[in-house]
Amino acid sequence: MPVDAVTTAPALTVQGVSKRFGELQAVRDVSFEVAAGELLAVIGPNGAGKTTLLSILAGILPADGGSVAQPEGTTERIGWVPQQTAIYGKLTVAQNLRLFAKLEGVADPDATVARMLDQTGLAERAGDELGKLSGGNRQRVNIAVGLLADPPVLLLDEPSGALDPRQRERLWGFITALTERGTAVIFCTHDIAEAERHGQRILVLADGELLFNGTAAELKAASQAGERDLEQAFVSFLRDRGH
Amino acid sequence: MRWMLLKDLQILRRSKLLVGLLIVYPVAIALLIGFALSSGPDKPRLAYFDQIPAGETTIKLGGDELDVRAYTDGLFDAVDRIDVDSRAQALEAVRSGEALAGLIIPPDFVRKLSNGGLSSAEVEVVYNGDALKQSFVRSTVTSNLARADAALARQISTVASGYIDIVGEGGKINVLGLQFDLLGLRESKTLLDSAIEQSDSPSLTRKLVPVRDFAALGVSNIDRFKDVLNTVERPVRVSETVLEGRRTPLDTFAVALAVTVSLMFVCVLLASGLLALEREENTFSRLARGLVPGGRLLAGKVVLAAGCAFVVTLVMLLGISAFVPLDYGRAALWIVALAVSAVAFGTLGVAIGSLAREVRAASLLALMLALPLAFLALVPSGGVSPLLYDVIRVISAAFPFKPSLDAIDAAVNDASPNLALSLAHLAALTVVFGAAARFGLRRFA
Ligand SMILES: Nc1ncnc2c1ncn2[C@@H]1O[C@H](COP(=O)(O)OP(=O)(O)O)[C@@H](O)[C@H]1O
Ligand SMILES: [Mg+2]
Repeated sequence: MPVDAVTTAPALTVQGVSKRFGELQAVRDVSFEVAAGELLAVIGPNGAGKTTLLSILAGILPADGGSVAQPEGTTERIGWVPQQTAIYGKLTVAQNLRLFAKLEGVADPDATVARMLDQTGLAERAGDELGKLSGGNRQRVNIAVGLLADPPVLLLDEPSGALDPRQRERLWGFITALTERGTAVIFCTHDIAEAERHGQRILVLADGELLFNGTAAELKAASQAGERDLEQAFVSFLRDRGH
Repeated sequence: MRWMLLKDLQILRRSKLLVGLLIVYPVAIALLIGFALSSGPDKPRLAYFDQIPAGETTIKLGGDELDVRAYTDGLFDAVDRIDVDSRAQALEAVRSGEALAGLIIPPDFVRKLSNGGLSSAEVEVVYNGDALKQSFVRSTVTSNLARADAALARQISTVASGYIDIVGEGGKINVLGLQFDLLGLRESKTLLDSAIEQSDSPSLTRKLVPVRDFAALGVSNIDRFKDVLNTVERPVRVSETVLEGRRTPLDTFAVALAVTVSLMFVCVLLASGLLALEREENTFSRLARGLVPGGRLLAGKVVLAAGCAFVVTLVMLLGISAFVPLDYGRAALWIVALAVSAVAFGTLGVAIGSLAREVRAASLLALMLALPLAFLALVPSGGVSPLLYDVIRVISAAFPFKPSLDAIDAAVNDASPNLALSLAHLAALTVVFGAAARFGLRRFA
């Protein structure tokens, strides 16, 4: 954990957040903090409530209770990369980026778009219609749109799902660079290995409940079987708690 | 909103097929409606109330008898006849839509027809004032009346000119079953000429000469008398009764209808599709994070859809005006009616779009709603039972089609109800559907 994460105010404070869909309690009284420059992995089985939690943090879904707070005086929006690509299939890569740069109100839209195209390696695809790109490239644009405004907190919902290993590598290099510049990143995944490799801290979510908040080593230690493999530790951790 | 509008235009530019369809479709609809209306049904139904007492259906012209059935039956060549027993029943049949028109023959029809002259016979025709069918029925009925009339007039003048011939040339005449030989003017003149020649009484000659001159005048003018007879073309007068409603000529009403249908389709399909697209592409959730407030998102779609539909239909109106004479002096009113209607339809479109998750579902929903609305708005006042008609009126009033049709008809044709009322109705519907769309957006993400 970076040193300054302890000393400065958290970049995001989540307090007692709950969400119910009819009978289903999708998120149950979840509280945690994330520091600037921290890379936080949220893991949990499918249907655990990861997407619901991130949507609440992003301000798309209203929570039934609890609060999500940024440090006082923060005006920047939380960055959000949804699980399903959220870009216009009929626009080109550059048109998509430019539109959202303008809607986000970034200072120099054209320069930002050029920078984003360069960083995501999509410059030669700038004029291509989104709908004609491969799934991996679409996801890269989807991620790029979330990064346009250079947000202090970035939420990534299963960001690497559609990417091939090379693209994935490139993505994580990119995200690590962001955290080094002080961006707080929360990503969720059901890929335990990815969480272990990139997450500085891990949150375990099951049936909407936050069961664990700590490092990978702590999670391994917490499983009674004393597993050395995080994936097995995770499974037995859940089983021990009746999930 | 500017960037979103620009974005939607870029999307439309890449959707050439869709845009092409949205332009071709209204034009096709316009042509179909125009065609359907101008051909009209084959045989309209006609309520027929005949008050001529049985056995009094013949006119006696001298010894000849003319049966007026020959006249009335001629009316039914092109219509289906429904016999009714009173004038009230005939009116009711027309009002209820059972019959498209009523024809009432008064009891004194035959008597007046035989008298001729000043007390000319009269029939009453009852129309429904509904523009859609009125024009067709009116032309059917009047052309049949005119045909029957002409046939009767021909018969009368044939009989009458026969008499004139006998008066001129002499011949046999039938009076009350007895045959008489009639001398004729020509023969009279010949006889008078020789009488005058042989007469040696100057006083008798003085008395005969004017009579002979009279006979000569008659003989030389017989053909002119017959011509005068032929100009008496319409022995029967038609009195018209129009039951409620306005009188928009059919073809200009069809223009208003075609324009309204096109406006509805372009607006509703575009607005609902563009809004549903935001959801289908998941972009709505991005926008909803304070990037584009819901109200502004909806307004953008309405403006774009209404703008496109406005241009398409205005061009359509101008194009139609090349074939159907429209009053350009009212063009400012067209613009107002089209613009207000377009905004109302666009708002209905976003309300539909906010219900659907995908563009295809939105388009289907839009079509499924728009088509029946158009049909309902065209159900004539008497076409269905009064209760059902009231239900239809309430449904029609709850959606923009009927008030738009009224507004555009009023703007183009100066038809009632007045334009301001329809515009106010549309404004109210815009507010209602705008609120519905906002509500739908809340469960959109
Ligand atoms: N809009 C919704 N309406 C009803 N149920 C929902 C909705 N969104 C998610 N759910 C349910 O909430 C639970 C959590 O879903 P989600 O957050 O997507 O899980 P995860 O992302 O961890 O796979 C699931 O059971 C899902 O079916
Ligand atoms: Mg998910």
